[in-house]
Amino acid sequence: MAGDGTVAGPRFWQSHHFQNRAAQVLFLAPAVIYMVAFFGYPIVKNFVMAFQEYSTSTFYTGEAPWVGFANYSAVVSSPVFGKAMLNTVLFTAGSIAAQFVIGLALAMFFRRRFPLNGVLRSLMLLPWLIPLIVSGAVWRWILDKDNGALNRFLAAIGVATDHPGWLTSTSLALVAVILVNIWIGIPFNLTILYGGLQDIPEDLYEAAALDGASSWHRFRYVTWPLLRPVVSVVLVLGVVYTIKVLDVILALTGGGPANASQTIATQSYHLSFQQFDFGQGAALGNILIAISLVFAIFYLRANRRAVDE
Amino acid sequence: MTTITRHTRAGWGSTVAGIVILAVLLFPIYWMVNVSLQPSGSAVGTPWLPFDLSFNGYATALGQQGRNLVTSLVVALGSVVFSLLIAMPAAYALAQFKVRFVGAFLFGILISQMIPGIVIANALYTAYNDLGLLNSIPGLILADSTAGIPFAILIVRAFMTNIPRAVLEAGRVDGAGHVRTFISIVLPMSRNALITAALFTFLFSWADFLFALTLTTTEDVRPVTLGLYTYIGTYVNDWSSVMATAVLASIPAIVLLVVAQRYVAAGTTAGAVK
Repeated sequence: MAGDGTVAGPRFWQSHHFQNRAAQVLFLAPAVIYMVAFFGYPIVKNFVMAFQEYSTSTFYTGEAPWVGFANYSAVVSSPVFGKAMLNTVLFTAGSIAAQFVIGLALAMFFRRRFPLNGVLRSLMLLPWLIPLIVSGAVWRWILDKDNGALNRFLAAIGVATDHPGWLTSTSLALVAVILVNIWIGIPFNLTILYGGLQDIPEDLYEAAALDGASSWHRFRYVTWPLLRPVVSVVLVLGVVYTIKVLDVILALTGGGPANASQTIATQSYHLSFQQFDFGQGAALGNILIAISLVFAIFYLRANRRAVDE
Repeated sequence: MTTITRHTRAGWGSTVAGIVILAVLLFPIYWMVNVSLQPSGSAVGTPWLPFDLSFNGYATALGQQGRNLVTSLVVALGSVVFSLLIAMPAAYALAQFKVRFVGAFLFGILISQMIPGIVIANALYTAYNDLGLLNSIPGLILADSTAGIPFAILIVRAFMTNIPRAVLEAGRVDGAGHVRTFISIVLPMSRNALITAALFTFLFSWADFLFALTLTTTEDVRPVTLGLYTYIGTYVNDWSSVMATAVLASIPAIVLLVVAQRYVAAGTTAGAVK
């Protein structure tokens, strides 16, 4: 009886069960390790960093003293915070609303069958596929105050002949940044919503038409309810991605002038990588994650309830 | 009768409308190409059409950004290889093994999409500083794969769940282990999903700006996105070479759209699955 353990040993590792187990570990371990190192670790590290005081010398001395909630209170009481918060909300809401409406309108348009439909639709993906920093650079020149294409066009047709400084005026910078971000987001909305529309069975429309439903009624009572799950996906992803946008704003305005287009994300970048106050940058980053998480939970909850009813 | 007109071809009228919409939406792209082909130094009033064709912008761009383009290419290719190596086995395991924590893992991937890049950069900067990975190609490859790996796992897993169990079990009966089944049956069958994942991983890494900005501090390792940013960070008086750089940085996206359109379509619809 005492020998059982040693006899079972070699049989055990040859067993089917063990091989399955080993394969699972072998196949999943690299991805799990990567996800933990590049997503898990940063979250934990940021959480910790937010309680420490970093300075330029920290990276030589390795000293980052604990300061409790000092970073959070410094970040929240800074005059930039309120501005950045409001800008983040306006930027996200403005971008999403317009991208969604334009994307949906285009998706409905492309439901029609006409020659070159597929080619035109795939060319519309271009703004989404080119690097964000490229879009930023191109729009920066288009929106240039003195020689930009937009102001030259507006002057030529007699609107706004005074050459508004889209990127240099405190009252226009945020609007300009939102407009560019809308442009970038249209293809994503168009593609996903178009896919959703294609999944709605044609006979529902035929039945509605036989009942004499107007096109508005067909949209209201057929398209919209059936498209709702896709709409949720588009909106939640849209908010989650838009709230953390950085490239576009840095390329266009750098958050300026005078913080006119500063968001929580860009401010977090400025604190960490320009003022080398990684503690405050981390605190602001954590606030950004919290906002994103709270939004997603609330929205998904509300939406699930609406669907249940 | 309206349904009948819906079904019959709406005809060339809609095509014309579609072209007009496309022209308006793609004007910025046209403008980028137009300015890139203008003679250098024409900062004042770029002509609406490139009549005075000049490739000086491209010559300057290649001279100043050529090295950065190569860096971007190396980083993007490295990221594709690395991402696929990590993501493919995981996608297979999540699709076909009865693993207890599949739900938790997929939820983790969804949550990862909420983490702002700046938060990752913030933490990686300090870690990279200690590990000596700042200003290095491997450092950028690892960081850039944060976009590609979750995406690749999701879309390849979605494809692999559709591989019939019988096919895999037939392979197992022949005595093939999990690894051999994976390499000689699963991967060839998933070719299209693999290509889609590879193309998008390439695009994500090629387009990366945030990690280039935060995890490099010298000019030694500088992707073209950062090169473009430093161009426009100073006062620009030669927009044609800036726009030529922008065009060069857009080439992968344009090539993909033309050559690999159906994979791009597959990838964008997979975005909804995410």
